Amino acid sequence: MIGGLFIYNHKGEVLISRVYRDDIGRNAVDAFRVNVIHARQQVRSPVTNIARTSFFHVKRSNIWLAAVTKQNVNAAMVFEFLYKMCDVMTAYFGKISEENIKNNFVLIYELLDEILDFGYPQNSETGALKTFITQQGIKSQHHTKEEQSQITSQVTGQIGWRREGIKYRRNELFLDVLESVNLLMSPQGQVLSAHVSGRVVMKSYLSGMPECKFGMNDKIVIDKQGKGGTTDDSGKSELGGSGKQSIAIDDCTFHQCVRLSKFDSERSISFIPPDGDYELMRYRTTKDIILPFRVIPLVREVGRTKLEVKVVIKSNFKPSLLAQKIEVRIPTPLNTSGVQVICMKGKAKYKASENAIVWKIKRMAGMKESQISAEIELLPTNDKKKWARPPISMNFEVPFAPSGLKVRYLKVFESKLNYSDHDVIKWVRYIGRSGIYETRC
Amino acid sequence: MPAVSKGDGMRGLAVFISDIRNCKSKEAEIKRINKELANIRSKFKGDKALDGYSKKKYVCKLLFIFLLGHDIDFGHMEAVNLLSSNKYTEKQIGYLFISVLVNSNSELIRLINNAIKNDLSSRNPTFMCLALHCIANVGSREMAEAFAGEIPRILVAGDTMDSVKQSAALCLLRLYKTSPDLVLMGEWTSRVVHLLNDQHMGVVTAAISLITCLSQKNPDEFKTCVSLAVSRLSRIVSSASTDLQDYTYYFVPAPWLSCKLLRLLQCYPPPEDGAVKGRLVECLETILNKAQEPPKSKKVQHSNAKNAILFEAISLIIHYDSEPNLLVRACNQLGQFLQHRETNLRYLALESMCTLASSEFSHEAVKTHIETVINALKTERDVSVRQRAADLLYAMCDRSNAKQIVAEMLSYLETADYSIREEMVLKVAILAEKYAVDYSWYVDTILNLIRIAGDYVSEEVWYRVIQIVINRDDVQGYAAKTVFEALQAPACHENMVKVGGYILGEFGNLIAGDPRSSPLVQFNLLHSKFHLCSVPTRALLLSAYIKFINLFPETKSTIQEVLRSDSQIRNSDVELQQRAVEYLKLSSIASTDVLATVLEEMPPFPERESSILAKLKKKKGPGAVSVNELEEGKREAGELNGGGERGGDSSAISTPSPSADLLGLRAGHPVTAAAPSAGSLLVDVFSETGFIHYGRLMLLIFLRTHERTITKPVPFLAVPACLSASHTLLSLALRFVCKNNGVLFENQLLQIGIKSEYRQNLGRIYLFYGNKTSVQFVTFTTTLNVQSKPVEPLIEGGAQVQQVINIECLTDFSDAPLLNIKFRYGGALQNLTLKLPVTINKFFQPTEMASHDFFQRWKQLSQPQQEAQKIFKASHAMDTEVLKAKLLGLGMALLENVDPNPENFVCAGVIQSKAQQVGSLLRLEPNAQAQMYRLTVRSSKDTVSKRLCELLAEQF
Repeated sequence: MIGGLFIYNHKGEVLISRVYRDDIGRNAVDAFRVNVIHARQQVRSPVTNIARTSFFHVKRSNIWLAAVTKQNVNAAMVFEFLYKMCDVMTAYFGKISEENIKNNFVLIYELLDEILDFGYPQNSETGALKTFITQQGIKSQHHTKEEQSQITSQVTGQIGWRREGIKYRRNELFLDVLESVNLLMSPQGQVLSAHVSGRVVMKSYLSGMPECKFGMNDKIVIDKQGKGGTTDDSGKSELGGSGKQSIAIDDCTFHQCVRLSKFDSERSISFIPPDGDYELMRYRTTKDIILPFRVIPLVREVGRTKLEVKVVIKSNFKPSLLAQKIEVRIPTPLNTSGVQVICMKGKAKYKASENAIVWKIKRMAGMKESQISAEIELLPTNDKKKWARPPISMNFEVPFAPSGLKVRYLKVFESKLNYSDHDVIKWVRYIGRSGIYETRC
Repeated sequence: MPAVSKGDGMRGLAVFISDIRNCKSKEAEIKRINKELANIRSKFKGDKALDGYSKKKYVCKLLFIFLLGHDIDFGHMEAVNLLSSNKYTEKQIGYLFISVLVNSNSELIRLINNAIKNDLSSRNPTFMCLALHCIANVGSREMAEAFAGEIPRILVAGDTMDSVKQSAALCLLRLYKTSPDLVLMGEWTSRVVHLLNDQHMGVVTAAISLITCLSQKNPDEFKTCVSLAVSRLSRIVSSASTDLQDYTYYFVPAPWLSCKLLRLLQCYPPPEDGAVKGRLVECLETILNKAQEPPKSKKVQHSNAKNAILFEAISLIIHYDSEPNLLVRACNQLGQFLQHRETNLRYLALESMCTLASSEFSHEAVKTHIETVINALKTERDVSVRQRAADLLYAMCDRSNAKQIVAEMLSYLETADYSIREEMVLKVAILAEKYAVDYSWYVDTILNLIRIAGDYVSEEVWYRVIQIVINRDDVQGYAAKTVFEALQAPACHENMVKVGGYILGEFGNLIAGDPRSSPLVQFNLLHSKFHLCSVPTRALLLSAYIKFINLFPETKSTIQEVLRSDSQIRNSDVELQQRAVEYLKLSSIASTDVLATVLEEMPPFPERESSILAKLKKKKGPGAVSVNELEEGKREAGELNGGGERGGDSSAISTPSPSADLLGLRAGHPVTAAAPSAGSLLVDVFSETGFIHYGRLMLLIFLRTHERTITKPVPFLAVPACLSASHTLLSLALRFVCKNNGVLFENQLLQIGIKSEYRQNLGRIYLFYGNKTSVQFVTFTTTLNVQSKPVEPLIEGGAQVQQVINIECLTDFSDAPLLNIKFRYGGALQNLTLKLPVTINKFFQPTEMASHDFFQRWKQLSQPQQEAQKIFKASHAMDTEVLKAKLLGLGMALLENVDPNPENFVCAGVIQSKAQQVGSLLRLEPNAQAQMYRLTVRSSKDTVSKRLCELLAEQF
């Protein structure tokens, strides 16, 4: 289990140090600083083992969070906890920065006491935490004894993530499908690996204790309905929708509010939602991915002192949609001494500090193409090493889900209060972003 | 930001550095550096010419980036360009970059060398110095090749500036250290030596470093420097402190130069010229006198400088070791330092005194400080100083104060630091042995030693006690009694149990008269320790038990009971189990007479050099224990044990095995010489702790329940079979009469390949030991009555090791040398005896001769004993070509068209041995019908003819 948790600033100074177990000594704090933060070579592995002690770290802007243990723990659990902790902190005081951490010093210790006990992760649901850990310390005095005991019974009860007696004038519900698409493509355009990792993030403002049911175009569900539902439908793929009907989900995880037994038996996702922001599920797909962009590189070495690069990008989605924040990053050799760039669209610039040409396009509609060409001058060196040609990477944002996921329905039932599914205002949004989207050149 | 003067300050560099310093994270730093590198690359692109200032600035930045730990792969050319600049700062930066960044195999080295050459030949002293510094800093072989000839010329040229001379001397020193073969002084020698007379003290100081280094290599060529050094020294020593204005350091005139001069003099014996010697003695006296003067300053630098000279002077006095007066004075001076409050001084004083103690002139003087040194040992806070004190005590010990010193060291041992305990134990053991007047004291001391610091008592120490006890009748009883008493302590160290087991097993009868130490009491005492001991100790105890059966028949049943118990006879350790089984059998089968013979008391050990001393020698360099002292130690050790046959015939058995300890407890008994060849199979039988006399072991053969032989333990009844198996192995060697290379031996564990070359009377055999298993062989040793290089004691699974054996044929011989191979495979010891295929015919030199010459010789060798003839049946097909090949392989020249009958073969050759040359002629007459051969050999020596005939008869 987690033996201790440290937070450092960029210089390696300790901001927060919380030790849960005796086997973690003071020297562990320094060991991480010396071996990871101040290491000569940048440490890329998130897990570092120093003197039989394991350090798991994540970095948020300039802040290092490190969990320490001497035991053989489940590393995935530790990272899950660290990410959760980042979420909790963000929910409480916004951006994780040195200043914010210093300002919320007491709060963080209070949170750490609550979400970890003797190194074992506890309830880290922001909504629940906010009921009894508040930033206004004085306010807690106004709680009556009754209220306090109510909080206790609720937090430790069956539905720990939602308190009773929530009332809204307008019952509203926001649903975001956020996906990041990862790709590695060969210079000839062959897909070497591609996958989408997606999240369904919700924000709910619902009164009472509603019961929700979420439906999407999961292949298994659709197939089952095709078989058992409509009687004479032989072409079960024609289910009223257009284009791709169903997607194969490789694996998924759910928020604790989802009834897993129901999912296992009927594959239906039903839950009593927490109040406010939460992440309903995460999933991953690898089949039939819509690749929003195609990158076609052309690199030509002219002698020892010159390099010609031409890159074409093609957008591959409906012309009515607009991709945003497009950025193509073309690495340049380490002995580059000068660069001339010509591009038809957007802005391109040689960034010496990153050894790359960065080409930015604000917006681009579907089924379009654009190109950039660059002449790179090289300085002859005594090194005979050939340039390794790192891949060209790309960033973008598109308003659809590259995995093909579609929300079919989201039903809300509240039996005790007098509002029905139709009274709830629902918003759905799809955002596809690039993860590691690379093409070799 | 540092103050920047206009023009030279390189503002860009300062800005860049402060940017880097202000970076918040590593990534930011890398970004900034990448940006800067790209900027520099674009500047160096070459489309526009850069002025010297910007070139310097960018090269500086590159240097800074390199020093931050990033690779720099450009800019070398610009740095080289800077070398040809006329501005000092630009040149300096260029040289700096090159000495830091250019590796020796760069293509630019020629350009650089050219630039250096130009600077060396310029008249500008600062440029010359820069170039010299660069040569010295790079110091590569290429640099040495290019400039080794040039620099001595600069060094001795009359018109060179002093500062350049200084640099040249040090540069030359550096080149000499990296590639001594390229720096040839030759004609320059005398002129370099005369630099000692230079006006400029700096030049002298630099030159003396060079001379010291050179004279260590060729002392004779630089002999003249002694008188010059002495006169230089006396001038410095006798000068008033104001004379050498710039070179007076805290009132001490030229301390560095003085120290270096004294060190140079230590390379040479005392000067023969009386006048020079007188002057030197005078100098040394002055230095010693000055040490007595009150300090001129309270500053620590003053006393440091003074003491540095003093200690160098004392080392010189010790080095000369011929001036009793000076030695005693030095000793007294050091005695004062012993109580100085400066720890470093005390350390140095102890260290110097240690060497003084070994000089016969000052030994007595050193001894007067014994109380102080003992005090230092007890109270000193620094462990390194305590160690020096222990060294000094060891060095000053002699017969008169041995008891006191040993007692002090023993009492110190109880509190000593762990790091020096083992060494202390060895020292105590040696001193106790060396200066023992009575043996009971010796035994007491060593047993005390084991009691106090048992963990640090190495094998050698307790081997030595046992050796001495066995060799001295008068101490045996006392030893038995003391050991018995010592064993009664509730917890005693395993080494004590070993000594106890051995001594009681041998001499327990001497104290058995006392009812308190009756045989049964002794046995029970030993057996009570049995279960706490490691396997080797248990094995030794088992041997002690069987000896008890011999010494005290009344204990027989008790001991048999113990041996019979499951924990012994079914012990999981093979060695213990085997011993238990064998001893049980031995005690029940053998009659008392046999038992008494087998288990007789061990004979006295042949005298050797004390193994402890050897161990100490190994542990420390000669620094702490001077060589003549060791010599003395050996002499006294010999005296103590009164052994006349020192060395003995142990060398004949020459055990190159790493485990063969010098004490000879393991394998060194002179038995093999007398034992028959099969006996060598058994030599190792009890080698583990071996205190049953090997000579008697032949009697034991029939009792062995399982014998370890070539491959596997063979049951008892198979012993004769295994002996014959080894015999066939011996005959394998016959295959190699006519060939030199091949596989000598192979079984499922080991393959031995052989490759041999012979030239005249010399031969060289390469043996390849291949491990066919996947497990490593440990303690792999080979023994041979021919000298051989020791073989690797370990053979990894699947690996092969090689052994080279050099052979010289002294005279003719008939028996091939035997090779005995032992190794451990898994737990079991494997033993193998092979005959090396070295036969007399290997030393043949072929002789070509015409027909009539041959028959003339043939007739000359007509005496009956010179001829050997054999008629034998062919064992292989009679193929002419094969026969020819075999005869050629034999080493003789096959003579064609000599014999009138073309079917017959005749050969001629000369056997080369160191003593003589033996001409031999051979005639082989095959008879195809009868499948028979007639072989006739004639040679000038009868034994040779006979042997050759025997060898060849088995080949066809």
